[in-house]
Amino acid sequence: MDLITPEFGLVFWTLITFLVLLYILRRFAWKPILGAVSAREEGIKDALASAEKARQEMENLQADNERILQEARAEREAMLKDAREIREQTIAKAEAEAQEKASKIIEKAQAAIESEKKAAMAELKSHVAGLSIDIAEKVVQGELSNKDKQLKLVEDMLGETTLN
Amino acid sequence: MTLNTFRNLVLAALFLSFSFIGFAKDSGEEGEKFDPKEMILHHVKDAYGMHIATLNEGKENELHITIPLPVIVYTDKGLTVFSSSAFHHDYHGHEIVERNGQKFVNVHEKVYVLDEGVSEVSYDEEGHPTNAHRPTLDLSITRNVFMMWVSIAVLLLIFLSAARRYKKADNYVPSGIAGFVEPLVVFVRDEIAKPMIGEHKYKRYMPYLLTIFFFIWINNIFGLIPVLNGANVSGNIAFTFTLAAITFIITTFSGNKHYWQHIFWMPGVPVPMKIFLMPIEIIGMFVKPISLMIRLFANITAGHVIILALMSLIFVFKTVAMAPVSVIFSLFITVIEIVVTAIQAYIFTILSALYFGMATEEAHH
Repeated sequence: MDLITPEFGLVFWTLITFLVLLYILRRFAWKPILGAVSAREEGIKDALASAEKARQEMENLQADNERILQEARAEREAMLKDAREIREQTIAKAEAEAQEKASKIIEKAQAAIESEKKAAMAELKSHVAGLSIDIAEKVVQGELSNKDKQLKLVEDMLGETTLN
Repeated sequence: MTLNTFRNLVLAALFLSFSFIGFAKDSGEEGEKFDPKEMILHHVKDAYGMHIATLNEGKENELHITIPLPVIVYTDKGLTVFSSSAFHHDYHGHEIVERNGQKFVNVHEKVYVLDEGVSEVSYDEEGHPTNAHRPTLDLSITRNVFMMWVSIAVLLLIFLSAARRYKKADNYVPSGIAGFVEPLVVFVRDEIAKPMIGEHKYKRYMPYLLTIFFFIWINNIFGLIPVLNGANVSGNIAFTFTLAAITFIITTFSGNKHYWQHIFWMPGVPVPMKIFLMPIEIIGMFVKPISLMIRLFANITAGHVIILALMSLIFVFKTVAMAPVSVIFSLFITVIEIVVTAIQAYIFTILSALYFGMATEEAHH
């Protein structure tokens, strides 16, 4: 029976021993050990989180790079396109100007030719008039001397000279 | 490593067996009939001295190797302290120790004070002394108390040096003994405290849970070590009673409104049911720690009793031929007991944690 009857003395010593053990271990063992364990776990968690963050940043950076590259490519493309356009425009403009100039020159030349022609015609007319007067003079003179001769002269002269 | 452990186990079991054989011979060669029950109960119960071995038994120069421990008793004549060696290994009430004007005898490892004018103890039919009484208080440092102190010395050595390791180490990397201790501490935290009590409240109970876990475990282990196995600390009902009482007190004081409501006025059931459940819940409050107390006591004591009973077979049959059977069976039981040491410590701790968890659980209806 006394196997299952708690002995007061042992209860007393167990209680005291246990409370002392609890106090000492709590203060000098559990606190530092649990503290260290949880500090390390926090550390690991933080490290993982920052690694994840770094990875994310890296990805972002890569995406940025990609984007910038894309933009640069697009810009280059645009610039090239612009340049081509400008060149074409320039060429077109130059051609147009040249055309214009050429046509002006041609116009001028035609105008000059026309005026020269007119002047030449006028001169010719005056020449022909002069000649006609000369001829007329000579004809008159010849007629005046010999009627046949005069006629023949007029005919010759007319045969020689063709009016244009 | 495994081989070494196994070899140690075998040696331990053999050693254990011999220490019992030695003891059993003690009562066998005195001419009395060998009484396994008395031998077993004597081993399982507490004693005033720490008996280690007896040399030259039954001869002239018989030598008992014993660590004498102080007997501290308080009677109506005040405090009396003397060494247990004064009893000269007698526990049948023959050796009378006179101290402080009183006569003390050791009857089955219980100190009795002889009544005035009595010079010899007389017994009734059940073997209880009739002319002697127990002292008012018996605060002797018995072998269980002694072994308990040895066990806490070992615990302190292990855990304080482990804690010091962390202080020395940079970035909290465990080294040396801390590497051995840490998985156990983390096990108690992650497998016992957190699931039973909950992520938010478990921290308050951690020191208690860790302390009972290791305190029970180490005392269970010490109970299995031969030579020291006389002390069956965790298989003593006083020990388990104290720990269970502490768990009960902590549970009761950490009980919140929800906990008490569940005991006295169960929510969510009809009124007659509430009245019916109330006494059951009140009884349950006390049954829980009592079950803790009995479970640990019975498991550890049973283990000791089985091993001792197997050893007693040799002396019951009075033949050496029985020895191999006894040794093999007790080896088998010892190996199981080694597992039981950890399991019982775990069960005590996890159930304590469960009770704390029930006491602090928040309503979630």
